[in-house]
Amino acid sequence: MTEQAHQDNLVEYAKTLVEQLESGDAKEAMRTISSLHNQRDQVLFQEVGKLTRSLHESIKNFAIDTSNSEMREEMSRMQDASDRLSYVIEKTETAANKTMDMVENTMPVSAHLRETASNLKSEWDRLMRREMTADEFRQLTKKIDGFLCTAVDESTRIDSNLSNIMLAQDYQDLTGQVIKRVIQLVKEVEDNLVNLVTMASTIDQITGLKHDISQTQNKSEEDPIGPEGPIINPEAREDVVSNQDDVDALLSSLGF
Amino acid sequence: MKILIVDDFSTMRRIIKNLLRDLGFTNTQEADDGSSALPLLKSSDFDFLITDWNMPGMTGIDLLKAVRADDKLQSLPVLMVTAEAKREQIIEAAQAGVNGYVVKPFTAQALKEKIEKIFERVDA
Repeated sequence: MTEQAHQDNLVEYAKTLVEQLESGDAKEAMRTISSLHNQRDQVLFQEVGKLTRSLHESIKNFAIDTSNSEMREEMSRMQDASDRLSYVIEKTETAANKTMDMVENTMPVSAHLRETASNLKSEWDRLMRREMTADEFRQLTKKIDGFLCTAVDESTRIDSNLSNIMLAQDYQDLTGQVIKRVIQLVKEVEDNLVNLVTMASTIDQITGLKHDISQTQNKSEEDPIGPEGPIINPEAREDVVSNQDDVDALLSSLGF
Repeated sequence: MKILIVDDFSTMRRIIKNLLRDLGFTNTQEADDGSSALPLLKSSDFDFLITDWNMPGMTGIDLLKAVRADDKLQSLPVLMVTAEAKREQIIEAAQAGVNGYVVKPFTAQALKEKIEKIFERVDA
């Protein structure tokens, strides 16, 4: 039964009740009052039922889509949001380490290239200034030959490391999907909670309940120096700095 | 120069360690929060402490306070490298006796400048 239909029923009952009372039919009037009660209970039961069902659905729907065979094995092990978020940490950590491995592996290679090239350049300059003996020149051509071979090998290695760094960024896709799902669940839960709160306030209105809200308001006052993690919207906040220059300015104003 | 790096994320410790190595500091050790860092600091002779703020167990600000309260460690230079960016937090760290404060994400240049500045002051 829709809400409108319930409302219509209530109006109907109320009218009947007035008619019955005016005509002095107390017995029938009592019966109508009890129908009114039932009608109200029914609305509440239905609302609670609906909400429970949608909450249950949203939790059940949160099982990851295992139709993708690649992800099936890995994903089927994960049953809840915190597992999923741990998976995100794990993936990003692995990718960061892989990237740093590649960078650490590449740095000495490019340093070696630079060093050898710069040594050759100074010898080459001597040749250009005609300061080189024929014997030194023969040595130099050998060195240049060696360098050209190394340069090919080493730049191939740099290339392959760079492409591995590129591939290590695939975590963005996988973690993005997982995070999107978590966001979706949070939204669904939030929506359902809002519905619950709305319904609770309706119940309060019907029953005339009043709550002491002073306690809940206190909770919003957080510890001003408690850790908060990265600030995602520094431009929208007055109490945070947005870059290192701001930090330096603040510290120097304190006499640092 | 022996340096202790304290951060709960191993990748961040690794980044800082690499940057320090580029700056010529190769003698580094790591800890993942204040409560594992403090005994290391007490039992060894570190010259410099780099710490995050937000860590499970003992936070960086509590570690800083514990260092300043310890007879042996009280003059140890401390650099805070953290995502915590509230003005009140920076003031709190300054009052607790921090020697430098770098907000994440940071550049190699920013870290280098702060470290050099700290040593200039310590040496002066």
